[in-house]
Amino acid sequence: MSTMLDVKTGSGAVGASVGHDSKVNYLNHVNTAASWFLTLDHKRIALLYLVVTSFMFVLGGAYAGVIRAELITPKGDFVSSDFYNKSFTAHGVIMVFFVLIPAIPSVIGNFCLPLMLGAKDVAFPRINLISWYVYMAGASFTLFALISGGVDSGWTFYTPLSTTYLNSNVMATATGLFILGFASILTGLNFIVTIHRMRSPGLTWFRLPLFVWAIYATSVIQLLGTPVIAITLALVGVERALGVGIFDPRLGGDPILYQHLFWFYSHPAVYIMILPALGVTNELISTFSRKPVFGYTMIAGSSIAIAVFSFIVWAHHMFTSGLSPYAAMFFSLLTFSVAIPSGIKVFSWLATLFQGSISFDSPMLFAYSFIGLFTIGGMTGLFLSTLGTDIHMHDTYFVVAHFHYVMVGGTIVGYLGALHFWWPKMFGRMYAEFPAKISAILVFVGFNLTFFPQFLLGYMGMPRRYHEYPAEFQVLNLFSTAGALVLGVGYIMPIFYLTWAAFFGKKASSNPWGATTLDWTHTESPPSPHNFESTPVVTADPYDYRVIQKEGALVAH
Amino acid sequence: MWDFPLVPEQASTVAPEVDHLTLFILAINIGITALVFALLFLFSIMYARRSESEVPPQYHGSMLLEIGWSIIPSLICLVIFIWGVKVYAEIIVPPADSTDVYIVGRQWMWKAQYPTGQREINALHVAVGKPVKLTITSEDVLHSFSIPAFRVKSDAVPGRYTTMWFQPTKPGTYHLFCTEYCGTEHSRMIGKIVVMEEADHQKWLSEKAELGDALQGRKLFSKLQCVTCHAGESQARAPSLEEIYMKRIPLALDKGSAVAPGTTVLADENYLRESIRYPSARIAAGFQYPSIMPAYDESLVSEDEMFQLIAYVKSLKKGQTPTRIEQTTIPSALGAPAVRK
Repeated sequence: MSTMLDVKTGSGAVGASVGHDSKVNYLNHVNTAASWFLTLDHKRIALLYLVVTSFMFVLGGAYAGVIRAELITPKGDFVSSDFYNKSFTAHGVIMVFFVLIPAIPSVIGNFCLPLMLGAKDVAFPRINLISWYVYMAGASFTLFALISGGVDSGWTFYTPLSTTYLNSNVMATATGLFILGFASILTGLNFIVTIHRMRSPGLTWFRLPLFVWAIYATSVIQLLGTPVIAITLALVGVERALGVGIFDPRLGGDPILYQHLFWFYSHPAVYIMILPALGVTNELISTFSRKPVFGYTMIAGSSIAIAVFSFIVWAHHMFTSGLSPYAAMFFSLLTFSVAIPSGIKVFSWLATLFQGSISFDSPMLFAYSFIGLFTIGGMTGLFLSTLGTDIHMHDTYFVVAHFHYVMVGGTIVGYLGALHFWWPKMFGRMYAEFPAKISAILVFVGFNLTFFPQFLLGYMGMPRRYHEYPAEFQVLNLFSTAGALVLGVGYIMPIFYLTWAAFFGKKASSNPWGATTLDWTHTESPPSPHNFESTPVVTADPYDYRVIQKEGALVAH
Repeated sequence: MWDFPLVPEQASTVAPEVDHLTLFILAINIGITALVFALLFLFSIMYARRSESEVPPQYHGSMLLEIGWSIIPSLICLVIFIWGVKVYAEIIVPPADSTDVYIVGRQWMWKAQYPTGQREINALHVAVGKPVKLTITSEDVLHSFSIPAFRVKSDAVPGRYTTMWFQPTKPGTYHLFCTEYCGTEHSRMIGKIVVMEEADHQKWLSEKAELGDALQGRKLFSKLQCVTCHAGESQARAPSLEEIYMKRIPLALDKGSAVAPGTTVLADENYLRESIRYPSARIAAGFQYPSIMPAYDESLVSEDEMFQLIAYVKSLKKGQTPTRIEQTTIPSALGAPAVRK
């Protein structure tokens, strides 16, 4: 091991030495099956998650294909009503629970968090591995439920339909999701402890990369919220199996109780999905404009504020359920309050770009796409938090468009941007830039073509989850399906060029983008199994571009 | 095929209010989105990287700007919220002179019944310019009664009543959709709202006239022997039901329950229904827990019949409680002793 030199450079970070043999890395140092499936290395676990979440994304996308194909014509002539209902349920369950919630935290978070903290690994590497197996167990149950007949309750499982009236695989799916929840809880716990206890010397809270703040806020929500959905699903199971009558009005139960319990988790869940993507965007905007993120403290604070406020707005999903008007007003007001911290992030990014030095590498195109689509998605949320307009728009395609803008235009685009950004770090090889730019543009264009017409359909009154619809809605549905084809191409392309690049791409330096955080400045591409030669000591803020570090030279002398 | 509308018709008093609010929020949406897109575009051109070694000034923040862009959106949101509550209040508060119509949803159809007895399935005929208040429930799972042209909807919740109201402003036929996923035929649980001129509506009502709900309810009241206990006399075993609709009823205290002294309940449709389905839930003061009244579930009183019973109780004036069977005169030919008092 080379000597650690204590030298201040322009960025203030103290570096390890260069000249280390970069051939031994976390990918190639051992390659048996056991070394992958029993790995304790957070980087390998991240790749395990990458494979399974990608598979689930393709599966969920296939179900979306069924939906959009059926909706080309007003009549229900492509698939039966039951198959259609099972398709949109599968699409929702898979995308929400198996893709959107785990993707950025368990892939990007797992890979980058210890690197950004100057740590060797997460706090509990074994729990990290266990969480992947828990994910696999949950996925297996759910896939079994889908294959052995499917479930047609909608991903929301509203009672008493799901508890008393359906003959489909509600129990198997609920069990799968109950198990899966523990993966989320364990990951959240792991990250919280890691961030508290494993920051390298000098890395104070306000020197953390903003992605870490986002992961921290996300982990708090995961830890506190997921138990509620677990118990709610358990209650659904108990009611279905034993006929207890918690949600069955014929036995004195209350169907609306289910909605309160379900949304108490599921609303914070959407912030589990978006916060990491917001965190990624900080890193991308900063790196590709060579400026510190404007308003660091407010951004960090806004992530925590979103996590807190996310727990007190759930009943905005229930404005037409017969809520007391006073409760409705209360929840409406609070919902506006959670919009503000999200908005200030967008303004901060614009201020970051101001007088920056902007380059348009593909990760930046994804970041721009994110800002545009997240802005539209967030702004359209205002129609839904406003009582007077929500009554009309509730349970229509307007809601579908809104949440796809934030979850797909937000989370998935952010995830794609993160994958492209960190791909050279993960594999030590660069992907081809041209197809990546094409993919980013196709995703942006295809996405808008698919989902913008749905705002119009919703205001016209087209309800959600409709297999058939009145003829006057056809033209907009056609545009939407056409857009879905473009979007599909945009999604499939990275599967090819990124996978190809992982094995055959041009070798990348340790910091091809000129970023400033420890994951880029103090590790190889790909990192060595233990990440750092020696623990870095941090003496400055995370985003200081006065000394640009590029072309693989770790900060030396 | 290319003739497609973008906004539904405005066919109720509330529809223009909702649309105005929508336009306001839309203007803000477009304004902020355009600003963000414009700045992204502008900054990309102005600040595109010129050379690989370029290092821009490293600002960190500006308290003034950050406070500004937190406060201004908050104020805008407050305005939207307040306007939203104003429109919401119009949407949920029915005028006092609304006609009542009862709606029962079930997989996968809507039943509508007028208190005057007219019934329809998957349709609702109403008069232009007259407010209508719907009391809605479901016989099985959650449904939602949605009329996009009126900009109103309300979930149909099994086990309780929800209400909504509208006043149509334009004759025509409008979509009725179920907007709460309810199983296989959810997308076929649709219908028509037919708005007619008042004269035509009166004609329609008289053509479809049947015995009114209140009269049917009186028959049920006798058939189910409610009058045995609810006899309207001071020594009766159950409270009198004369003129109790929308009265405040003081509740009896229960040694084990959480009912605090002085608690009252408003005798609205939901309370009347609850008292028939779950008689021991909330008992009137002067009587004991547990209630001696049997519970009447769906097999004894369907949701349609429930509306009829409630219509009857609503109509019951002082002195109108039917007499018990043993108080009527038995014909002497049957050889019975003289009637007991």
